[in-house]
Amino acid sequence: MRLTFHIWRQPNTGAPGKMERYESANMNPDMSMLEALDVLNEELMGKGTEPVVFEHDCREGICGSCGFMINGVAHGPQSKTTVCQLTLRHFKDGEELYLEPWRANSFPVLKDLMVDRSAFDRIIAAGGYVSVPAGSPQDANALLIPKTEADRAMDAAACIGCGACVAACPNASASLFTGAKISHLGLLPQGQPERNERALRMVRQMNGEGFGQCGNIGECEAVCPKGITLENIARMNADFLKASVCERPKSGAAEDAA
Amino acid sequence: MELTQKNMSTSAVGIAGAPNLRFWNTTNGKKAIMAVTGVILAGFLVGHLLGNLQIFLGRDAFNRYAENLHNLPALVWGTRVVLLLAVGLHIWSTVQLADRKSSARPVAYQKYTPQTSTYASRTMYMSGPIVAAFIVYHLMHFTFGTGGTEYHYYDPYGNVVAGFKVLPIALAYVVAMGLLSMHLRHGLWSFFQSLGLNHPAYTPKLKGAAAVIAVLIFLGFASIPVAVLLGAVKQDIF
Repeated sequence: MRLTFHIWRQPNTGAPGKMERYESANMNPDMSMLEALDVLNEELMGKGTEPVVFEHDCREGICGSCGFMINGVAHGPQSKTTVCQLTLRHFKDGEELYLEPWRANSFPVLKDLMVDRSAFDRIIAAGGYVSVPAGSPQDANALLIPKTEADRAMDAAACIGCGACVAACPNASASLFTGAKISHLGLLPQGQPERNERALRMVRQMNGEGFGQCGNIGECEAVCPKGITLENIARMNADFLKASVCERPKSGAAEDAA
Repeated sequence: MELTQKNMSTSAVGIAGAPNLRFWNTTNGKKAIMAVTGVILAGFLVGHLLGNLQIFLGRDAFNRYAENLHNLPALVWGTRVVLLLAVGLHIWSTVQLADRKSSARPVAYQKYTPQTSTYASRTMYMSGPIVAAFIVYHLMHFTFGTGGTEYHYYDPYGNVVAGFKVLPIALAYVVAMGLLSMHLRHGLWSFFQSLGLNHPAYTPKLKGAAAVIAVLIFLGFASIPVAVLLGAVKQDIF
């Protein structure tokens, strides 16, 4: 199988980048997109060209490390599939593929197809946790959670933080990611004590990182490899609205702690 | 080991406490304000349309409606103040969000293929300003009488007929109403999403309802210039 790649090459964050054209006849329909790049990189190294840098880890679609744009679609043409799970049988022999990194001001390109997503880590660190006394385990049924709520929390928790939502959004908004993280804790009883504070802190951090606004257009939902829905963004908006109205000036112990 | 611990802790991501942004200074807050002001403007459109459609009842009925309206200064000026505030906040949010939008992705994609989003939803930042420019002309045209067509303060019916007999003006109105309709199609259901209301059973229905309302508003407003052009609403002896 023969494929032509147009790949964004950029030596480092500050340097200018450009699309480079590579051809390979050693492609196999059973390969994943990342294996195709592995093969291409072997060929490039043989020719003395620097290999294409891309991020990856588990290669089974659950770690959230990989991802880039293929022909203008985050993670490529197969829905609910990361690039590591995307096989070449979804492409035609001789097809031209345009590979670009996620593009957002808050995701600076480190090299080629690899971007720095620490902005996501900082959003999580701002409030994506529950403060629980981690003592001896409590009885399994002490805290009752309705099945529907548990399912919705689980659906939101499926977010792997790959960044495809930001990449696909014309505004480079991180609303789907932040919405998923706020919802998955906010739907569970353990997440209630910090629910308002979490929404305020995570939304503020998201805004401070420079991500764009949500335009409710749904491109993020369409490319999300884990099927996170826009409902999570609405939940974030509702929680943030309520928390903004209910926010009190910090006083006493809270101020001392901060 | 020391390095590993540093990488495992939040110090690795450099969190120094979330920025203390006020509601208005977040994109989410601006979108909430956009939603509320947008729905106020859409509500006015319905009332404005119902009033305008009385043109099909003839000159007397239409001019009497206009006169009755002007005899209720509290209603007219109350509406104007609310609309001006809503328009002002809606535009202010737009300008700030458009700025954020352009800074959030400084380098454009060489290739970008939309998956599910509607054309209407992707062009809100274009349909909005064009409709705003149209509203300025519309006010000059029928409120201040400086639109370049014949204008008599006491004959709104005649002003409409004189205004729409000019083909380019009538066509511009129809195009503007088309853009307004697209803006409403996305904006009306977005109101709920931006304020935090989304439900798998109701949101698809809201989207459908928004599309139907947008089309009805387009047909209603566009019917007037079209009727004048076709001669169905015409100048008679005053």
